[in-house]
Amino acid sequence: MSANGHGQNIESSEAFEFSAENLEKAQKLIAKYPEGRQASAIMPLLDLAQRQNDNWLPRAAMDKVAEICGVSPIRVYEVATFYTMYNKKPVGKWFLQLCRTTPCWLRGCEDLKSVIKEKLGIDHGETTSDGLFSLLEVECLGACVNAPVVQVNDDYYEDLDREKLIALLEALQKGEQPPFGSMSGRQCSAPEGMEAPASDDR
Amino acid sequence: MPKLTIDGMEIEVQSGLTVLQACEQAGVEIPRFCYHERLSIAGNCRMCLVEMERAPKPVASCAMPVGDGMVIKTNTETVKKARKGVMEFLLINHPLDCPICDQGGECDLQDQSIAFGFDHSRYSENKRAVPDKDFGPLISTSMTRCIHCTRCVRFSTEIGGVEELGLVNRGEHAEISTYVSRAISTELSGNMIDLCPVGALTSKPYAYVGRSWELKKTESIDVMDAVGTNIRVDARGGEVLRILPRLHEDVNEEWLSDKGRFSCDGLKKQRLDRPYVRGKDGKLKPSTWQDALTVVAEKIKASNSERLAAIAGDLCDAESMLALKGVMQSQECKNIDCRQDGSKLGHGPRSSYLFNSGISGIDEADAVLIIGSNVRWEAPIINARLRKRYLQAETFSAASIGPNWDPNFACDMIGAGPDAINDIAAGRHPFNDVLRNAKNPMIIMGAHIFARQDGKALLGMLKGLAEATGVVKDGWNGFNILHSAASRVGGLDLGFLPESGGKDTCGIIEACEKGEIDLVYLLGADEIDFDRLGNAAVIYQGHHGDKAAHRADVILPGAAYTEKDGTYVNTEGRVQLARAAAFPPGEAKEDWKILRALSSALGKDLPYNDLGSLRQNMVAQNSIFQAIDSLESPVWGDFGTKDDFLLEPFEPAIENYYMTDPISRASETMAACTESFVLPQQGKTGTDG
Repeated sequence: MSANGHGQNIESSEAFEFSAENLEKAQKLIAKYPEGRQASAIMPLLDLAQRQNDNWLPRAAMDKVAEICGVSPIRVYEVATFYTMYNKKPVGKWFLQLCRTTPCWLRGCEDLKSVIKEKLGIDHGETTSDGLFSLLEVECLGACVNAPVVQVNDDYYEDLDREKLIALLEALQKGEQPPFGSMSGRQCSAPEGMEAPASDDR
Repeated sequence: MPKLTIDGMEIEVQSGLTVLQACEQAGVEIPRFCYHERLSIAGNCRMCLVEMERAPKPVASCAMPVGDGMVIKTNTETVKKARKGVMEFLLINHPLDCPICDQGGECDLQDQSIAFGFDHSRYSENKRAVPDKDFGPLISTSMTRCIHCTRCVRFSTEIGGVEELGLVNRGEHAEISTYVSRAISTELSGNMIDLCPVGALTSKPYAYVGRSWELKKTESIDVMDAVGTNIRVDARGGEVLRILPRLHEDVNEEWLSDKGRFSCDGLKKQRLDRPYVRGKDGKLKPSTWQDALTVVAEKIKASNSERLAAIAGDLCDAESMLALKGVMQSQECKNIDCRQDGSKLGHGPRSSYLFNSGISGIDEADAVLIIGSNVRWEAPIINARLRKRYLQAETFSAASIGPNWDPNFACDMIGAGPDAINDIAAGRHPFNDVLRNAKNPMIIMGAHIFARQDGKALLGMLKGLAEATGVVKDGWNGFNILHSAASRVGGLDLGFLPESGGKDTCGIIEACEKGEIDLVYLLGADEIDFDRLGNAAVIYQGHHGDKAAHRADVILPGAAYTEKDGTYVNTEGRVQLARAAAFPPGEAKEDWKILRALSSALGKDLPYNDLGSLRQNMVAQNSIFQAIDSLESPVWGDFGTKDDFLLEPFEPAIENYYMTDPISRASETMAACTESFVLPQQGKTGTDG
């Protein structure tokens, strides 16, 4: 079963309103699409709503997006439930997405999973009781060259191993967010020990 | 006109068709699950794969438009293998519960897996299980059986006009859901059961009741509204188990309203199965046909012809109305009326009381003015046509005058009463221009508005409006009266109306109140005000122990529409034949036979002894009864008056869609629907008195 829950037991909060600032953003997003095609803005609006609402989408937020886009709520539910990137139930402050596709798996993502399990006591789809961390195992995050990788909220932490992940989690637990990117000190995805080739400025 | 080759046959088809449609025209059968000719194309079941020359892979024929010079092959090894593969995938998660599935025996998946699938399964893995959904009192769900064809989603969105269903989640976890648990609130929801190619959506009232092969199927006509929906009545023994729609492109396409489909359980409840006569103690006592008819004959003979009256109800077949008219004429009684609602329609030319453009005329309309009608409740099938037109037409404007209702197409509410019509007629409202500029404008009038005191004046005013705005012109007549009673047009065509000097329904009731009428003969008339009948003796001939039976002095048990061969004329004036699917219960008889027997008891025999000669008589009365299932364009004429109209706003014709007649009031399913759909909207609960 997917970690995102099913139609039957969706979480809901009382009401959802876009903040004034986000409402303005929403209007700009809608304006990108031709007249009569406002429904195209469903996905960016859901993302906007999710960002405003502690990284998850209550039903009220989906209803709001439906209202703004002028479609019936079920059309928005269909989109929101299709994509795993929309969280249909509350997630922790640090939303960990652990890549488990082949390259990351070859480079030890199973290890990372057990670190998270040992240190935080959470499995795929679970949230720590203090509400700090949630874990979701995901398919390819597109950072295979720097495998294994964990995405923390919007940022990629690459080239991880047991120790580095423990250090990362400890920092996050203290409320600090270390700089993202390669944890082994590589520059981007340059070969280890080499700097990235200088940009070609022809 | 592209030419293509299908299995070696050259065929020329209309451009814009799909390969699947072209194959059908060529007489080649293509299996399909998701494709349905009345719904948008989804292309997700992949069952319709065919081989196309120069295409690297098999193509989904339902979504591939025809092109000139295409070479399509549907009987090659590749196609057979592709179909087998698709079937195998569809069956991965489909349970093998056919023996306990209501769809068994009439299941597309079952049939096609036999025709196109493997004979065994290669899967040993567990099948997935999907929680069932609550879709309300009409539809029973078994979502594990669902193959995600999304026909139900497209039906509810496109035809039903309620966007409540969707496909949520994805891949292995995809399921059809309302997401938020709720019943499907459309008056056409039962059609989803027919559309579902598997047993995921089945009829709740019919659950585990019967198997398709043990039913006797009778083609008939629905009488729950005046649309004249073509139906198939499925009965086993003497019991009607279910009702399904039949195809009739010009009437109901292939849909059936929920009331027509699900009220059939009311045919088993509250039935009058033997004659009753009210004794001296004021209580109804069981009687015999002979005694009851003698009592009725004596009562009729004892009374002066001016002190007799007869009213026919909403579900009567034309045959019984003709017979009653004959009986009343033999007594020289002029007080007869088939308009129990007190309507002023009738007497004029046929065009003054018909849906003149025909139901299929809606497919050409580009401006519609609806007056005093909740089309969704009075004729869900016609409402579906309006919605279809709204979705397909390039320009379509609609406006409604009268009580607010919930149309599922764009329709402005522009007024509440006759003054709003007057505004349009006088050009003070912009809809006047809309009608004038439209190619095929249409006015749809709920028949019940003509039951107002100012009915004739309204008819006159609307006639004037129709003529002035081009609603009636050469080659087009959009003057459409929407009846909600199945018997009404037939009654008007037969002239079941007060003769000159006679009293109409209102007159009869008033006279009863004043004690000027001794005897009222009610032929299935249950919707009149029985408190006002005074001391008049009431003879009730009907099939349900409903309102009238409580007031009756003599009850003559008749047959319901599924139990007699009858003629019904729908709101557009189409004469259609209903056929008996079962026998009337107990001692009840077909209605015309009761009246024939009564005429003998009165000593004035009606001039027919069988249905054939009765129908000849009917044709002699009005030749339209000869033209079964055809529409003649009625002649426009003079009708209505130029009197002043009243200012009161129009009243709704129906308070509760699910309970409008004795059959639906006796139906438990309709009661459940009332509780789920109507009472919550009215802010009541089922226990409200």
